[in-house]
Amino acid sequence: MTKEISFDHSLIVEIIEEGSKILDLGCGNGELLRILMDKKKVKGVGIENDEEMIYACVKKGVTVEHFDIDEGLPDFPDDFFDYVILNFTLQETKKPKKVIKEALRVGRKVIVSFPNFAYYPVRFYIGFLGKTPQTKALPYRWDETPNLHYFTIKDFIEFCSRERIKIVSFIGFTENKKVNYLPNIFAEKAMFILERIN
Amino acid sequence: MDQLLIEGVTGKDSPVGVTETKFYTFDGITLESGEKLSPITVAYETYGNLNENKDNAILICHALTGDAHVAGVSKEDGKLGWWDFMIGPGRAFDTDKYFVICSNVIGGCKGSTGPSSINPETGVPYGMSFPVVTIKDMVNVQKRLIDYLGIKRLFCVAGGSMGGMQVLQWTYSYPECVYTAIPIATTIRHTPQQIAFNEVGRRAIMSDPEWLGGDYYGKSFPASGLVVARMIGHITYMSDQSMKEKFGRKRKKSEKYGYDFEAEFEVEKYLKYRGETFVQRFDANSYLYITKAIDYFDLGENRELIKFYDSRDLKFLVISFSHDWLYPPYQSKEIVKILKYAWVDVTYCEISSTYGHDAFLIQNEEQENLVRDFLKNAWQQKGKR
Repeated sequence: MTKEISFDHSLIVEIIEEGSKILDLGCGNGELLRILMDKKKVKGVGIENDEEMIYACVKKGVTVEHFDIDEGLPDFPDDFFDYVILNFTLQETKKPKKVIKEALRVGRKVIVSFPNFAYYPVRFYIGFLGKTPQTKALPYRWDETPNLHYFTIKDFIEFCSRERIKIVSFIGFTENKKVNYLPNIFAEKAMFILERIN
Repeated sequence: MDQLLIEGVTGKDSPVGVTETKFYTFDGITLESGEKLSPITVAYETYGNLNENKDNAILICHALTGDAHVAGVSKEDGKLGWWDFMIGPGRAFDTDKYFVICSNVIGGCKGSTGPSSINPETGVPYGMSFPVVTIKDMVNVQKRLIDYLGIKRLFCVAGGSMGGMQVLQWTYSYPECVYTAIPIATTIRHTPQQIAFNEVGRRAIMSDPEWLGGDYYGKSFPASGLVVARMIGHITYMSDQSMKEKFGRKRKKSEKYGYDFEAEFEVEKYLKYRGETFVQRFDANSYLYITKAIDYFDLGENRELIKFYDSRDLKFLVISFSHDWLYPPYQSKEIVKILKYAWVDVTYCEISSTYGHDAFLIQNEEQENLVRDFLKNAWQQKGKR
């Protein structure tokens, strides 16, 4: 493993306990799971809907299933995993609320990360340029983006209180560091750890 | 599709080279039905070399009408193996690394004991006095072959369709003797629709006056019945889309309809051709016995299976094809569901292909890469333990 680990991945590596059971929803090419398998000896499964990404996962030796998470997770029992990860996946799902609820059902804890749509350069794009933002965290032009939902840290906190979801902790961050000061303005991305309120 | 489906292709080279079918005869087994089948001969082929630890063996299980000749060019008739593109040096089942075995199922007609074999007690072919065999029986016989070859644990068991059922049965009957399993385009239990198609095929054969109660050897052959059975089979192996792409509404003479009942549409001619070439190479009674074995296949209740597989040291790669309507992807997902409930390592991919059920027999990079990469990683992981 000579390749440098991205900042979001390193944050997740810090969170996850050794030997945990992990479900990575929208696991992409399986990079995060591979890292977690190597560094934290996790028992991990990925779910991905893009066939090419499945091949990439199998190439890495990552266990992966070919499913559309928007259909829910009916084939998983309750509390099956220690952690369910939605690392920059939620904004691409059709039904984010349903996905979060399902994740909270099958996992004891859920890690959600997403691009913060209230990050100040994003505000600048809309407020001053009058354009749909194109930033490092939101790299796609409006007509080519896979993102279906744009939301902010504030939005997400409100969502959690509305849906009675417990926020265990929250990290705002940029490319390579954490942001503690006014995160809804200065954090490019956010990561939440969530739990069900029983 | 014909150029791609390598069934019965001659005059082609294979990196595997020329291969020869071998035979192993033993005292027999007691079948699931309670009847004893004795003696039993198994036709098999092997490719590559068994290593010193005897832990690099891969068993390939064939589908309904397959045989032991899975790769290379047959010494006997020059035909290319039915999954040649998957097997060989540097291929998905890499014969530079693995020792690949394929055997003909019992009940078949390609060298292993079946209804067309001579019953030693009577001196004439068994015909319908041959006992009904099951997928489990087929696997039990394969186990005897593996024992004979000195192999304690197979690195992998792989196969599509009925071959996939044998793969699943292996992991159930002999879980300690399998390390990885690759069931492709298959199911954990045969469904009413699948049984119905098989039954129509069987009825076509049995209602052929030439069938003679199965006692036609040396007298006649129920060719028209078997042709119909094969035609029905072929319809289920293709998809609506692949038929449209391949045949459309094309006809022999494109100007006017013939206003008669000759095979006029391309699709009619194709099915007729497929049926007629099939009867030259396959025994009608074997078709009855093998389809029956498939219909009986039911690995068990989901809840029991989950209990059985709980945390077993197995690795699965389950593959389905998007346009397969005979063994649709949802049936593969059912396998995946059971295994993951049991915390067994299972990877699942639905390959997009318009070919239908036969897609696994048609050269495609996706399947080759999945199998190659899966085996490569499993082999490395195995080495670390």
